Amino acid sequence: MTRLIYDGTFEGLLTAIFEIYERRLTHVKLVRGEHYSTALFEDLIKINTDDARAGRVLKGLRQKMSPTGIQRLYIAHLAEIDGDDDNIVGYIKYVFDAQHNIEEDYGNKYVMRVSEIVQMMRRERHRMEAFVRFQKLKDDTFYAAVQPDFNVLPMLIKHFKNRYADQKWIIYDLKRSYGLYYDLHDTQFISLDFSPQKAPGNIIAAYCEDEGIYQCLWKNYFHSVNIPARKNTKLHLRHIPKRYWKHLTEKI
Amino acid sequence: MDADRITEKLNILADAAKYDVSCASSGSKRKNENKGLGNASNGICHSYTEDGRCVSLLKILLTNHCIFDCAYCVSRKTNDIKRAAFTVQEVVDLTINFYRRNYIEGLFLSSGIFKDADYTMERLVRIAKKLRTEHNFNGYIHLKSIPGASDELMREAGLYADRLSVNLEMPTEAGLKLLAPDKNRQDMIDPMNFLKKEIIQRTEEKKLFKKAPMFAPAGQSTQVIIGATPENDNQILHTANYFYKNFNLKRVYYSGYVPVLADKRLPALNTTVPMVRENRLYQADWLMRFYGFKVNEIVNNDQPLLDLDIDPKLGWAIRNMQAFPIDINKADLQMILRVPGIGVQSAHKIVSARKFAKLSWDQLKKIGVAINRAKYFIVCKSNEFERRDLTGNNIKQFILAESQSKYLKNTQTQLSIF
Repeated sequence: MTRLIYDGTFEGLLTAIFEIYERRLTHVKLVRGEHYSTALFEDLIKINTDDARAGRVLKGLRQKMSPTGIQRLYIAHLAEIDGDDDNIVGYIKYVFDAQHNIEEDYGNKYVMRVSEIVQMMRRERHRMEAFVRFQKLKDDTFYAAVQPDFNVLPMLIKHFKNRYADQKWIIYDLKRSYGLYYDLHDTQFISLDFSPQKAPGNIIAAYCEDEGIYQCLWKNYFHSVNIPARKNTKLHLRHIPKRYWKHLTEKI
Repeated sequence: MDADRITEKLNILADAAKYDVSCASSGSKRKNENKGLGNASNGICHSYTEDGRCVSLLKILLTNHCIFDCAYCVSRKTNDIKRAAFTVQEVVDLTINFYRRNYIEGLFLSSGIFKDADYTMERLVRIAKKLRTEHNFNGYIHLKSIPGASDELMREAGLYADRLSVNLEMPTEAGLKLLAPDKNRQDMIDPMNFLKKEIIQRTEEKKLFKKAPMFAPAGQSTQVIIGATPENDNQILHTANYFYKNFNLKRVYYSGYVPVLADKRLPALNTTVPMVRENRLYQADWLMRFYGFKVNEIVNNDQPLLDLDIDPKLGWAIRNMQAFPIDINKADLQMILRVPGIGVQSAHKIVSARKFAKLSWDQLKKIGVAINRAKYFIVCKSNEFERRDLTGNNIKQFILAESQSKYLKNTQTQLSIF
């Protein structure tokens, strides 16, 4: 068993694939940078992400896969699920070993697993598209905090940029400490400093004066549309699991 | 803005609108052009009520003042309730401010009938027009077509709205006459017919001229209340089928009657909402629209009721055992779709995956097939398969015995006397 330490980027993963083929490695396990403790394992290779090598692997993939297929691999990698890097490597090796395009070979365990991960990622993205609750700040920026299960912010850019083209907005991932900021022209990744020294004395003061009224109206609306005779808590919780409640205006 | 007054109006007019079950915000393809606000495409449920229904649109009545006296409706003329009405500007402000905070996909605006049909419809259209033209709003708008409104107003509505709907209310004309003597089914069908023709014509134009304006891109839908009148599932599904076929409807909604009024024509106030039956009707509806089933295969004169214990697809399968078992590695997509426990997505995955290699139970399970139901109806790459010669009824008992169905607690009420 050879352990390959890489930096956690998609390019890093593609570079690792290059090394696997160049060194003819058979039993490999991918480990992201911060986890490794060198003393434990004998066979360790540190992968230095190399754009040229990653590019060659990507070019190879393009010859054997559709553009959406490659995008799905990228999304699966973005999920950062422990141990699933090996399934992505397994998938890529299967792509290179096969004669034909194997994207729809759901009987294959790697193809099936990648399909599952992509489905989980899409579900989480869809939840974020639904559960983001903007609050309007004094400077007319709309701010929302989220804590998604997976790192889906990069998948949200297009949707929110198209939809809210005429307002400034921030969607901030508190779990991963970074956010998206749209300034009426472009979106960029930002990080905010929430340390006590930097925080304004009164956080409520940052909101626009109408904000409280609309939050109140929304909560009222949410309660008015409920039909008590049809109460179904199990279904309710399946649709909105409790972990999302703390950022949902109507559930606070 | 008088926050207290608006809050009170919103409570009254959202409460009155909630029995309209449609909340769909999909099926449109309105883009955000000129950097305006919003778009409408695939539909998003932004929240869910405690009864588990989706909240996608700001669903309100413009007013609950009404000149009609329909027995099943909370807003009926003779009901002693608080009445309210929004101004055009109030609805516009609520919609825009909710939308900007990502609470909703858009607006679903309905209304009690005040004065007459045209007067009411004209107000609804004015709100949609204002949102589109003055606020550059491209979010989803669903307008109720008021029965009896003029063609001219319906045409204008179609230019601003994504979807239009007229509720049939009762599955049959007799049911409607009984509970809503002031209403006339023909008045409901006329605007539906007009819109159908208009949509077809506009779609043709759009093919020729890309710049031609969109006209109700998400089509029309309707709703029938079930359980308020004695129609059986056979009548309800045949009505639905008739409207799907003849009016190109996108959706028919089935709304289990929630007892709101004491009236000797209606089920008593303590009657439970027929939620299981409603669920089975939706399942049957899906079979007609996505699984290639004909309405007669699901319900007919010999089989007028849907089985509440099992889903209608399993019901069809156990009545048609001669069609099974099928070989999952060879059968047509159309036949795979008819296997209980296999959904549309799984069926397509099976057809794609079997080109590479024959599939076994393990792989089918991974793909998402519910093996506990499907195993009685299929064979695959495995020596294990159902060898006993089971009758449809045996299979039903086996499946019910091992199922954790949410509806199983209802079984004792469903015993029939032999």
